[in-house]
Amino acid sequence: MEKLSQDIKDRVELELLSTVGRRYRQETFWVIFLALVCIGGTVAWIIQLRKGLGVTAMRDYVSWGLYISLLFFFVGVSLIGALISSILRFSGAKWRYPLIRIAEAVTLSAILFAGFMPVLDMGRPERLYFLITHGRIQSPILWDVLAIGTYFFGSVIFFYLPLIPDVAIMRDKLTDIPVWRKKVYRRLAMGWEGNPTQRRLLKKAMWLMSVVILPVAVSVHTVSAWLIAMTLRSGWNTSIMGPYFVFGALMAGCAIMILIIAILRHGYHLEHYLTPTHFSRLAACLLALTAFYLYLNVNKYGVPAYKMAKDERYLLQDLFTGRQSLLFWFTQVAGLLLPIVLLSFKRIRESIKGVVSVAVMVLLGALINRYLIVVPNMLHPFVPIQHAQPGFASYNPTLIEWMITASSLAGFVLLIILLFKPFPVITMWEVIEGVEKSGEQAVGVEHLSNIQIIQGHGK
Amino acid sequence: MACGNNCTCNGDGSRRNFLKNSIAALTTGLAGGALIDAFASCNPPTTKNDELVHVMTHDGKMVSVARSQVADFKPHISDEDVRRGIPGKKFVMVIDLSKCDGCGKCTKACNKMHYLPSNKEWIEVLEMQDSPKEAPYYFPKPCFHCDNPPCTKVCPVDATFKREDGIVGIDTDRCIGCRFCMAACPYSVRLFNWTEPVKPDFIEQTPAAEHVFQSKKGCVEKCDFCPHMAREGKLPACVTNCPMNAIWFGDANEDAVTCFDGTTTKLSQLLEDGAAYRFMEELGTEPRVYYLPPVNRTYSTKDMKIEKKEAEK
Repeated sequence: MEKLSQDIKDRVELELLSTVGRRYRQETFWVIFLALVCIGGTVAWIIQLRKGLGVTAMRDYVSWGLYISLLFFFVGVSLIGALISSILRFSGAKWRYPLIRIAEAVTLSAILFAGFMPVLDMGRPERLYFLITHGRIQSPILWDVLAIGTYFFGSVIFFYLPLIPDVAIMRDKLTDIPVWRKKVYRRLAMGWEGNPTQRRLLKKAMWLMSVVILPVAVSVHTVSAWLIAMTLRSGWNTSIMGPYFVFGALMAGCAIMILIIAILRHGYHLEHYLTPTHFSRLAACLLALTAFYLYLNVNKYGVPAYKMAKDERYLLQDLFTGRQSLLFWFTQVAGLLLPIVLLSFKRIRESIKGVVSVAVMVLLGALINRYLIVVPNMLHPFVPIQHAQPGFASYNPTLIEWMITASSLAGFVLLIILLFKPFPVITMWEVIEGVEKSGEQAVGVEHLSNIQIIQGHGK
Repeated sequence: MACGNNCTCNGDGSRRNFLKNSIAALTTGLAGGALIDAFASCNPPTTKNDELVHVMTHDGKMVSVARSQVADFKPHISDEDVRRGIPGKKFVMVIDLSKCDGCGKCTKACNKMHYLPSNKEWIEVLEMQDSPKEAPYYFPKPCFHCDNPPCTKVCPVDATFKREDGIVGIDTDRCIGCRFCMAACPYSVRLFNWTEPVKPDFIEQTPAAEHVFQSKKGCVEKCDFCPHMAREGKLPACVTNCPMNAIWFGDANEDAVTCFDGTTTKLSQLLEDGAAYRFMEELGTEPRVYYLPPVNRTYSTKDMKIEKKEAEK
């Protein structure tokens, strides 16, 4: 492939850098809104800390609720980084280049909140350090802490590595920014000049990271699944939990990725970089993942449903025809079956609106599914629930719980937005290099040679 | 304590040895933890009405001393002692379902002993009916103190632990409130302090895991087999308050269990004669609580109202 002229490169960089530090009215509105939700959640959390977990609807039977469901959701979403940066890398998909930083930002934010959810759920959060001082490595919680911790640091490195050449570009090109920011960029660039040795080292490091991050990412979600699979409770006591969580996670991550790139494309005017190609490719991934997840669901629910063993039966009846049936069939039909049917049509896969709508359905299904994995099982213990006090034999989350849940989700989105304030959304150097090596079509970008700079930075 | 004559003790270590011996001598039913005040002299009764008691000295001699010369002695129990358990013991419980008439006195006595509000039940008397044509029966459910406990396995900080004497304890000074043990317990035995519990008006000297009052905000609690009573050679509150003699408690090492009226019987015989079973044996948790099936019952179960599983509605 031919080299891009320096002029085009400059213009691409200028355009992609134009989002850095720039204020968008809509964005400001959302940042304020999300921050307010977070403040609301913090207030709720303080109330919960003071009064105890009694302010939630969790009780002795349903002793885990929304917080743990959300833990599983966040851990799941965090797998998208591994999917884009590692799996797509080894499958040789060039179109991943413009998505890498977005995926890593989503991963970072998700894994951070995944680490935070159990703390929210703890009865004695002030004793958190006991995990270090009195930790028992035999407990799956320790595995989870280790896996989430490792994955978090891995993701930070994975976010940072492809950032180095871009920060160097910012160091060199952004002239009208405050001195402290220049200093930060200079530090972060670590003396990057783009010479062959540095390039070779960076590529090697990135390759190494994509190999290492994959087993870590799989372990994170497998271990989270084991939190419930290692118990004897009906519905949880099944060996399918690990893969069930991992693929459900990849599916949810893929759906959230579609939503986020749709928002960034629209909000930051990145139409040339996040193109229908990316949406249709991700839609194809989503199709494969939803189909596989449906298959896992058939296994998870279908196999015990055929046998109807005593204790599983009560749980399954509750899910299929009982109190949880509306939610259950929503996740199966609207969250899996319908998306599979819709995504099978090429016309829908190639329309951004179509893909985004399907992604919303899948995401909603995935969120509810986490709840269905956690809560109904706890309502069906082996020993019959008797003389239960009011509110003990059911679970209807309280306002405090909803507020904390909403603010965690808001914080997750807010952190992603904030991660794109000091850095460009698209990995500039990788996109340019990719286009030079394999052409615009392979990378999925459009019309790089005749872009209109929306608002040049510094001019 | 220096003690002279026929004993060679000269420090804490020997004192503890002596104590162990005296506890060994004063087994089930008798007050253990007693120490002869002036045993060195082995004096005959000082007052005429003083009753003689037999105790064993540290070197294995049985001596008779006056009760007035036996002082109550509470040994210091360290955190380590509490986690290790009472040496040489293997506690076991047998619940005779053919005798339990569901009066609920065990629960009441337990709540009284542990200062629990009425909405908490460490020992819960369930009304069971395995299938519609089968006879209903009452099913008192304490903690089973499993030998393969799913709860202690998953605890991330060793706040709940298996002791050598078979008891599964909880250290509320350690518990972080993650509630993994509650999820792991297949018998729904564990309770959580969702709010600040009402504290009784006294201070306990033992480490948290052997507190009589176990409730602490943000921590888990459950039936503890009354280790503070066992240390004194006494039976748990549920046993000593079961007028039907349905609950037996004892030491598997001694092969002896005792019930409310003081009858002590051979554990192995009781289990064999009564065709004992353990609840949900298939889970492999190896409970330390055995049940004798509800056969030949002496009370009527006609007016039993089986509360349907609310969740099934």
